Amino acid sequence: MPLTDSLRDDILASVPSLRAFAISLSGNGDRADDLVQETLLRAIANIDSFQPGSNLPAWLFTILRNLFRSDYRKRRREVEDAEGNYAKTLKTQPAQNAHLEFEEFRQALDKLPQDQREALILVGASGFSYEDAAAICGCAVGTIKSRVNRARSKLSALLYVDGAEDFGPDETVRAVIGGNGG
Amino acid sequence: MKEVKKQGGLNAEIQSRIGHQLRAMYDDVVRQGVPDRFAELIRKLDGPEAAAAQIDDTAKTDGRD
Repeated sequence: MPLTDSLRDDILASVPSLRAFAISLSGNGDRADDLVQETLLRAIANIDSFQPGSNLPAWLFTILRNLFRSDYRKRRREVEDAEGNYAKTLKTQPAQNAHLEFEEFRQALDKLPQDQREALILVGASGFSYEDAAAICGCAVGTIKSRVNRARSKLSALLYVDGAEDFGPDETVRAVIGGNGG
Repeated sequence: MKEVKKQGGLNAEIQSRIGHQLRAMYDDVVRQGVPDRFAELIRKLDGPEAAAAQIDDTAKTDGRD
């Protein structure tokens, strides 16, 4: 369809969630904004192929996801930059404890395989249905469901099961209680 | 992942915490709204040709380094 003013407004309205998706995927604020910019350019360049009345956010997310994928193959994730740059994208720094917990979460999310991470973000944060997420990722609905489940299991293992001491007695106390040394 | 399943109640609580943290991380960015550069970009582009031209320019610049 032609690039009408109302379509421009709709595209603009998707920018905040496109940025959130891009940052969640790339872990890098600067990189994420480049991805969003390229997504917007490609969307408008190919606006004729957008079906009026279909799901515009899902269409835009598909473009961004595919761009991220093709770029990823070329130059790999810049993991070492992830933490610092992500923190810079936050307008308000969370309080110290919350910030630590947040960093742990961020790092655990980075450890997920890419398929699982994107499925979890689309369903758990962007609020897409399993069907829309499957369309965005170009796979079956069942595949998305299983990726989301595996992502959740892995995150809980990384954050809460392996780190069970966060909830209970510390190592020393446990060694005494258990009586089997440390 | 059997260990996780065994802890029924704890697992549900963990899943709700994960969901909450995921949305908190995401919504933090959503709340930043639309940066000016994107508002300007979309306002400036007349149509598909202008966007395509800008993609070509970017590709050329990228190719140089």
